[in-house]
Amino acid sequence: MEFINFYLLPGIVLGSIYALGAIGVSLVFGILRFANFAHGELMLIGAYITYSLFQFTGLHPLAVLPLAMVLTSFIALGIDHTFYKPFRNSKTTIVIVASFGIALMARSAVQIIWGVDTFSYSSGRIEMPIVLFGGLRIFMKHVWIVSCSIGLMLCIHTILSYTRIGKAMRAMSDSAELARLTGIETEKVVRATWILGASLAAAAGVFLGLDSHLHSMMGFYMLLPMFAAAILGGIGQPYGAMVGGLVVGLAEELSSYPWLGDSPLLPPAYKAGVAFALMVLMLLWRPSGLFRGRVF
Amino acid sequence: MSVLELKDISGGYGEADILHGVTLTIGEGEIVVVIGPNGAGKSTAMKAVFGLLRLSGGTITLAGEDITGMDPARVVRKGVCYVPQTNNVFSTLTVQENLEMGAYIREDNFKPRIQEIYEMFPPLAEKRKQRAGELSGGQRQMVAMGKALMVEPKILLLDEPTAGLSPIYRKEIFDTVRQINATGIPILMVEQNAKQSLAVADRGYILVDGRNRTQGKGSDLLQDPEIAEMFLGG
Repeated sequence: MEFINFYLLPGIVLGSIYALGAIGVSLVFGILRFANFAHGELMLIGAYITYSLFQFTGLHPLAVLPLAMVLTSFIALGIDHTFYKPFRNSKTTIVIVASFGIALMARSAVQIIWGVDTFSYSSGRIEMPIVLFGGLRIFMKHVWIVSCSIGLMLCIHTILSYTRIGKAMRAMSDSAELARLTGIETEKVVRATWILGASLAAAAGVFLGLDSHLHSMMGFYMLLPMFAAAILGGIGQPYGAMVGGLVVGLAEELSSYPWLGDSPLLPPAYKAGVAFALMVLMLLWRPSGLFRGRVF
Repeated sequence: MSVLELKDISGGYGEADILHGVTLTIGEGEIVVVIGPNGAGKSTAMKAVFGLLRLSGGTITLAGEDITGMDPARVVRKGVCYVPQTNNVFSTLTVQENLEMGAYIREDNFKPRIQEIYEMFPPLAEKRKQRAGELSGGQRQMVAMGKALMVEPKILLLDEPTAGLSPIYRKEIFDTVRQINATGIPILMVEQNAKQSLAVADRGYILVDGRNRTQGKGSDLLQDPEIAEMFLGG
């Protein structure tokens, strides 16, 4: 029971959050062909916008999340228009460096606007878990996080599989040149990609904030596990990113379970190292990932 | 009036020009084939129509309208469809989705057109739910052509449609080209298989070193001894 309560369930929660972030990383990589190091900052911005809306309206963070997703999407579109669009035909490395710069600027902007203190959505209340079957402890916030994540992933699946713009996104991910030669408006596809990526990032940021708290480095700390998840699933493959996120989240939490003897297998401080190790192993063993993504 | 006209086109990808004044015209209902040795600029000439090239001279007109250097997405909307030699299907999309993407610029109901394409290429109908990347070379070529035909184009450009295909598929593709042309769509085709392609063509152009060398009716070119020696294997 302790295993489920303190390792498995938190792993699933963390995995869902990583998965949402990793889908965005994977979509941007597939369509815009660059690793967006500023993706964590979209999570940060989404989480802080939600905090302000929550403070202002007094509604539950999940109730104001849709509005925050819209606002974060606008910010992502603005960033794309100002910083990435001029580099559309440049070498990938240039765009990656640009994204690194944007990450620094965005984080600093958040620190200037909201400060560097830690915030919480719960305003001091401590939520008590619901106890089921004489020992299974379930937090309502975890139920919300996992069910909202599943809902969002189903939305993404529906968009990618059944809508015209979603199919065009997959087409452009296959071959941008052929997409242009087919008459697909590639800039419209790029905008759709940012909207989906930023919306999911905002949701992931809020879920992470609900699970623990908000601080200005949260986006940066998410970067490594999100990339590990995206690479694990096969970069450019949104479905792979979903699986990859879950695997990385579970691996991080389960790595500190006392599998052998009484002490944790790995001290919890090494959690981030687990994501990194998974990423390196995957790149060595199968660079295209579980779902056969791109290899460069 | 010609449907598509490339007049005195010069240009290339980098600094150096590959084309040095190429002229091609395609009239209503014609099949025109462009042949020539490797590196003669056949495919390059075709890419020029789609603004995929740095042009240093010449004009391209579609039914009298100047489309020189126009963005590819707009050229498609004008009714020019292009099937590149390689990388011509969306490999992770299903056959059906490829056809739907072919119709991306259509706002009307294109479902009946998909049925027509399946009637034109029966093997595709059975594989409509399969990813295009998993098909054989010949079937992939069919998907690529079907995808281009979804918009009922004013003109169809085919870049080496039979490259790398077995003789059986080659014949099938040339039959299909004739069949598409019979519905009134003019076709400009770049080909390596000079003999077979000239046999289906109304007219042919021979390019050498980025310049027009000869042109004429398909049947005349087939009988020209000099051309026979150069391209048709004696």
